[in-house]
Amino acid sequence: MDTFVQQIINGLTIGSIYALIALGYTMVYGILRLINFAHGDIYMLGAYAGYYIAHWLGFAGEPSIAGLAVTLVGSMVAAALLGMAIERFAYRPVRKYARMTTLITAIGVSLLLENLGVVIFGGAPRSFPEQLQNETYTLFGNAAISKTQLLIFGVSVVLMVLLQWIVYKTKVGTAMRAVSFNLNSAKLMGINTDAIIVFTFALGSALAAAGGVLTAQYNPTIYPLMGIITGLKAFVAAVLGGIGNIPGAVLGGLLIGAAETFVVGYGQLIGIPSTYRDAVAFAILILVLLFRPAGLLGTTVQEKV
Amino acid sequence: MKRTLITLGLATLLLGAFACERRDGGGPTGSTGDGSGIIKVGVYGDLSGQTSSFGESTRDGVRMAVDEINAAGGINGRKVEIVVEDDQGQPQQASTVVTKLINQDKVVAIIGEVASSNSLAAAPRAQEAKVPMITPSSTNPKVTQVGDYIFRVCFTDDFQGAVAAKFAVNTLKAKRAAILGDFNSDYSKGMTQYFEPEFTASGGQIVARQSYTQTDADFKGQLTNIRAANPDVIFVPGYYGQVGVIAKQAKELGITAPLLGGDGWDSPKLFELGGTALDGSYMVNHYSTDDPSPAVQKFVAAYKQKFGAVPDAIAALGYDAMNVLADAIRRAGGTDSAKLRDAIAATKGFPGVTGSININASRDAVKPAVVFELKDRKLVYKETIQPSGAATGAAPAASPAAAGSTAGASSPGTNANAPAAEGGAGGSSANTNTNAK
Amino acid sequence: MPGFVKKLVGAAVILVVLYAVSAAMSREGLFGFGLGAYESEVLMLVGINVILAVSLNLINGFTGQFSIGHAGFMAIGAYASAYFTVYHGQGLEQSLGGGTFAHALVFTVAILIGAVVAGVMGLLVGVPSLRLRGDYLAIVTLGFAEIIRIVILNLDVVGGATGFSVPGTVSFFWVGIVAVITIVVVHNIVKSDTGRALISIREDELAAEAMGVNTTRYKVLSFAISSAFAGVAGVLFGHFKRFLATPDFTFIKSFEVIIMIVLGGMGSITGAVLGAIVITILPELLRQLPSVGGFNFADLRLVIYAALLIVIMLTRPQGVLGEREIGLHWLRRAQKAPEGDRQVGDDSGVPIAQKPKAADQEGTGGGGQNR
Repeated sequence: MDTFVQQIINGLTIGSIYALIALGYTMVYGILRLINFAHGDIYMLGAYAGYYIAHWLGFAGEPSIAGLAVTLVGSMVAAALLGMAIERFAYRPVRKYARMTTLITAIGVSLLLENLGVVIFGGAPRSFPEQLQNETYTLFGNAAISKTQLLIFGVSVVLMVLLQWIVYKTKVGTAMRAVSFNLNSAKLMGINTDAIIVFTFALGSALAAAGGVLTAQYNPTIYPLMGIITGLKAFVAAVLGGIGNIPGAVLGGLLIGAAETFVVGYGQLIGIPSTYRDAVAFAILILVLLFRPAGLLGTTVQEKV
Repeated sequence: MKRTLITLGLATLLLGAFACERRDGGGPTGSTGDGSGIIKVGVYGDLSGQTSSFGESTRDGVRMAVDEINAAGGINGRKVEIVVEDDQGQPQQASTVVTKLINQDKVVAIIGEVASSNSLAAAPRAQEAKVPMITPSSTNPKVTQVGDYIFRVCFTDDFQGAVAAKFAVNTLKAKRAAILGDFNSDYSKGMTQYFEPEFTASGGQIVARQSYTQTDADFKGQLTNIRAANPDVIFVPGYYGQVGVIAKQAKELGITAPLLGGDGWDSPKLFELGGTALDGSYMVNHYSTDDPSPAVQKFVAAYKQKFGAVPDAIAALGYDAMNVLADAIRRAGGTDSAKLRDAIAATKGFPGVTGSININASRDAVKPAVVFELKDRKLVYKETIQPSGAATGAAPAASPAAAGSTAGASSPGTNANAPAAEGGAGGSSANTNTNAK
Repeated sequence: MPGFVKKLVGAAVILVVLYAVSAAMSREGLFGFGLGAYESEVLMLVGINVILAVSLNLINGFTGQFSIGHAGFMAIGAYASAYFTVYHGQGLEQSLGGGTFAHALVFTVAILIGAVVAGVMGLLVGVPSLRLRGDYLAIVTLGFAEIIRIVILNLDVVGGATGFSVPGTVSFFWVGIVAVITIVVVHNIVKSDTGRALISIREDELAAEAMGVNTTRYKVLSFAISSAFAGVAGVLFGHFKRFLATPDFTFIKSFEVIIMIVLGGMGSITGAVLGAIVITILPELLRQLPSVGGFNFADLRLVIYAALLIVIMLTRPQGVLGEREIGLHWLRRAQKAPEGDRQVGDDSGVPIAQKPKAADQEGTGGGGQNR
């Protein structure tokens, strides 16, 4: 029993991080119909930004909550700026072209960020400074939950609630939803669509950076190619939940995280070795798309003739 | 159809522009430039992929050896120059860059790779061109079976895995072992393949087998299962990037059993990542920077001064590979490929920083392994385990005097008859499984 | 000259050229002149990539279905044929009496096995996934390719994580012949009724369906053919490299092939060929960049490669050739177009599919839409 509870805790931890990254995918897709392949690399750069901020501002030594907060916010700001720059210089000029063109541009940006990362940071992993005095609490007999895990849950929930508030309760959120509904009509209604798109990129990138810094608290190994697989899985999560749908992304992230952990925990019992962990995420994606293409929470829209 | 023709014509044109050369009598290119001038040595490795720290370490180790050789007047009066190529950690690129090194840069010998799959991909190209290739740190037994021009200066997985098992049984008195490996990596698989039979043959029991992949951020799922199996020791045949984190997360879950691993752990980064969570773990490695022998201390000091970091075993092996090569060129009296091959094959008792190197009949190095305890962010020497001959399927040439470095400090070494019959037998069956099974 | 004579002459010329190139790459060289082993290696890779790019173009460029799973089918072909060669090939060759002919025969069988297995897999993957459109299809093909790779990684019978050593050699003659066959087959498909159906699907799937085109059938067909050729490319790759390992078949490889057809121009066969040549040779040329002041410019080659891709997209999104073919006008003059066989799309060089679509700009809500 405690093993089961433990696996749930483990799955939800990793799932919260997928959810944070998936939000960025889903918002950008909702507005631009663009799979932002570079999003996983923004997650990576967010982690590196946190690394440098922590070192430059002297928060790398002793663990402190203030240091962690500054690192987190700082890297979110840095990633937001980066996301805006990418939108402005790479995506906006190709927005008027076919979908394929924008997708390929996104792939190009992703490759560029990865390879620049290798040149600038070096390909070898770096160790992210420990910023939280780690303690472990025991619950349900033997099931353990660490302070880092609580932090990940806490920060994720706060950020998701904040996002929900921005999207549904603020003026800019209303504009975002309008643009997502119909870009041209939104423009005709006097919405500065370019500004809204930039804002969306900034928001999504900041969340990805938060995911990066939080992951680094949990697993301090950061390297320039860390965003590829994690980004891909977060994208799977976004699709699973229904791409373009914010609660869907959260649900998808948690489900993918839980599914992975359960493959590791119990897969052997039903003949799936844990080496198939990554394959399972994709298998779920394929099954969902084949039987419910709009995702769990998405709605199907009839194609216009 | 005509369009096809034009395309083809264009391709041919491009090809013509790309390169066209006069054949020099059809002989192997390795023999050119024998006798005088600069000796070119090719180094290839992952310099931009996920295991780039290994490639960088190898390159730096080789570079240091070359600088020392040149400062001492070169080999037989000839300077050495290295040509470094990046393969991005991809097997396909490894074979392409080795072809480039051999044919465009006309190197006389090649040093590389760390990852066995990349060495395996590149080895046929070197073998074909009859250019000797020395892999500093590919531990998979299959690598040197590609052909008689392929050598290595490290021990093999079968030896290493068996040493770990022996150590677990004899020193740690472990009865129940859990294995947590990256079974998508050939290194982890190889080590496990030789650890398991050795451990169970000595009366132990494998109570859990869990796998992760290099891109995982979280290992708690696997560790939770391991915790439930209650092992005495956890064998983690992985790379340092994950091991540090595994140690941390194991501690968070309240696991107290010691971790045990191999040379993949070796990196200055290990402690950055794992910190004191690694205390009480054990690792099998090629050499120790704490080894008091003057050769090792001189190397460590010089490396620190040059590159500002403590050399890991990968760097030390790169350094040794280059020195073994230089020694062979000296003995061969030139760089003629056949003579050079024979000279490398005849290497006996070469005093490397990673121990005394003897190349056996299967072109593998026979050398001792060192076991360390990890304590307070330091490696503490525990014991040296000598090879017993069966390790690499070689004949009696093994059992080196180990006069040089590591073993010197190690009298108490339980000469743990490491990979005896089972290890050797396991080795040969694994070796042939591509063609048999 | 009657058509078939012209074709025969063309085939003969191609064979002679391929044979000459192949000879130039051999150790003896052609009349004493030859290519170095490194140049030969790159040229082999060019040939293999031409097969990959031209075949992917059938599905991505002509049918307008965005697949990023080509590396998976390449892996299937490579491993299936390598399995055959390793476990049955040598015995079969001996029972045939050995020699060049037996070797050629066995290798032909290996190629066919690669093609059939990859083609069947393409069918199996295509039938369910081609119901999806656009980005969704892209991500599902990527998922399938990754699953294929992970399954292979866990099959110890083909070497698992260590990799799989494959005996034998492949001369450029084989690669060249297969590349030519690929180009001819794709060209003929595109110019046939089937090709027009495929292009109609690309231009407007709903309209095509309304006109009575069985869109699912054609999409699956082109997907299976494309996969089969990818499989053959894998066969050649494996037997040429003589070593197979799964890191060579990640989605990065699929991206690489996409970059080739994007660079050359989607929907242009010669463009795909051009793209394959440039993208294969460019990174190798960048290796030659000098090291200045301790900084090695060759380290920047992957950055340059990625930047180049973005720049092409920003400045010429339809690729270098767009939908045009090199020598098209020349071909037109020589060959009278059949009755009613009018070029689909306009001739301005800007493909219809790339033109800004009203629906694109609108960005209507909900998922699962194509454009």
